[in-house]
Amino acid sequence: MRTEAKLGFALLLTPLLLWLSLLIFVPHVDIFLVSLRERIGVGQYQTSLANYLTFFQEPLYLWTFLRTAVMSSVATLITLVIAFPVSYYIAKMIKGRAQSALFLLCLVPFWVSELVRTFGWMILLRETGVFSNVLQYLGLVDGPVEMLYNDGAIMVGLVYTSMLFMVVPLVTTLESLPDEIIEAGYDLGGNGISVLREIIIPHAMPGIVSGCIVVFMLSLGNYLTPTMLGGKESLWFTELIYSQFIVRFNWELGAAFGFMLLILSSAIVWGMLKLTGQSLEKTMG
Amino acid sequence: MTKQSLALSTAVSVVLIGGVSAANADTLRLLTWGGYAPEEVVAKFEAETGHTVQVTKSNNEEMIAKLRATGGGGFDLAQPSQDRIAGPQEEFGIYKPMDMSKINMDLFIPSMMEATKGNTTVGADVYGVPHVWGTSGLVLDTANAAMVKDYTDLCSDDVAGKVSYRLKRPTLIGFAFSMGLDPFAAYGDEAAYTEIMSQVEAKLIECKPGVKTYWGGGDELMGLLRSGEVVASMAWDTGGWKLNEDNADITFVAPAAGALGWVDTFVLPAKGKADDAAYAWINFVMQPEIAAMITEAAGNFTASQGADEFAAADLKAKYQASFPQEAIDNIKWYPPVPAGLEAIEGGVLDRVKAAN
Repeated sequence: MRTEAKLGFALLLTPLLLWLSLLIFVPHVDIFLVSLRERIGVGQYQTSLANYLTFFQEPLYLWTFLRTAVMSSVATLITLVIAFPVSYYIAKMIKGRAQSALFLLCLVPFWVSELVRTFGWMILLRETGVFSNVLQYLGLVDGPVEMLYNDGAIMVGLVYTSMLFMVVPLVTTLESLPDEIIEAGYDLGGNGISVLREIIIPHAMPGIVSGCIVVFMLSLGNYLTPTMLGGKESLWFTELIYSQFIVRFNWELGAAFGFMLLILSSAIVWGMLKLTGQSLEKTMG
Repeated sequence: MTKQSLALSTAVSVVLIGGVSAANADTLRLLTWGGYAPEEVVAKFEAETGHTVQVTKSNNEEMIAKLRATGGGGFDLAQPSQDRIAGPQEEFGIYKPMDMSKINMDLFIPSMMEATKGNTTVGADVYGVPHVWGTSGLVLDTANAAMVKDYTDLCSDDVAGKVSYRLKRPTLIGFAFSMGLDPFAAYGDEAAYTEIMSQVEAKLIECKPGVKTYWGGGDELMGLLRSGEVVASMAWDTGGWKLNEDNADITFVAPAAGALGWVDTFVLPAKGKADDAAYAWINFVMQPEIAAMITEAAGNFTASQGADEFAAADLKAKYQASFPQEAIDNIKWYPPVPAGLEAIEGGVLDRVKAAN
């Protein structure tokens, strides 16, 4: 009986272990080994930290990473500010079919691929696009306006792409907050702001933290949106990695960049958790 | 008895069919460019030889990256440009030598065959044979950007904000020629090449404010030119001729410094499994009538001897309009890229992209 239980446990564990080792652990070890190679001649390599040195010595790369991290943080904040009232409305203000319908409406844009969604934004924002034409028609501007190919366009795309990943955890945590507690808050003399600060936000904290982590990592690792909407100004760290691997045939530097992205983004998430006094266990539990 | 013989004959026929299909009907996994393997050509080839063809569309960099990732496996025939064969072969060993005896030499234009053989020789082995050739230069809306005659004219104030080019090596090379430098002569000398590239870098950074965007894919550029958002760009000749059908003002112009000439080739990946099918494909598509079908689909001419006769008259007319004799003589053909140059160019491109 006990051996059977053990066997069952082992069988259940196997897919997870295979997944972790074959698809995550082994490739990372391989990439790490590649990142430690330095090309010294045609087809000749030696082990060294030269690629990591390049990352720190060339200000461009560090600068690009910083830019990517800051833009991703801002995108996360904007997403949170927009998604919080939306989630609160869905979770608390309406009930029944209207609630499901609104939630579904948040999901609908994600039924098409990211590529199509980004193209949609390009059609809206470009010089001969919808917004530009509407503004001209209304007489608000004299000539065509170009709204594509700048940081603002990237930001719009990032926020739009990650909205769902903020709304879902927020709705889930807010739904678990009993209405009686909010009412009790008002009964005890609280106003809208103090109830929000003392009751709703503390309760929603796990949802806020997990939503922020997901959105931040998605923005940081996004390739399509910054490249397509940013055009000539679209410097993004993932783009650097792509071009090292594909365009420059420099897998060694690309692998080092990939590893730096992993380490630095983990460090940023850890630092943010520490700074806000949260922990991953609390968020997940 | 009858049962036994039936079983025997079935077994024999299974072995025979199995054996025959293994020897004669292979699957040809072709790694190529869009337009180089049109459906009707594939269908004709499959009907004639019994092989099946799986087409994967790609570009130079991706082809090499894909083959490098597998050590030259996963495909049976690839079509990188001739300047990207010797370098990657020395560096990564992703191709195998061509058996020239299996290729029907009569189908090729001899001068192109000789040039490609010379450019793709590593050691004593030849690795590539020519297929499609063309140039890149300027695609202009001549009604609005007639003053653009050369690559560096893309920086002029007259077209500021309505210019697009790629942030890739052809742009670096084109600008260098236009600035009176000779990057090809400096290919073998890393220091001299770095010096040329740093001058080009300064120029491209100076030009950046006037650029609308750096285009990534052909379709993106088509959209920009069609909508009139861009009036001057660097692109392939076929792109300009295609747009010319919709808008007579837009066409391909060979720049004063010279159009940049490329030849896409056939190479055998190192771990290709269907060499016979690959040679059959090469000899099939180089027949003049088939080559003309590919010219029709891709918009570019091939190295096939005699295919010009079958090419569409309007394409020939566009070619002649874009290329007077002196422009043809002035085409700068890409010599093989030595291994390692990409790193120098990569740094330049990254810095231009980051500049404000």
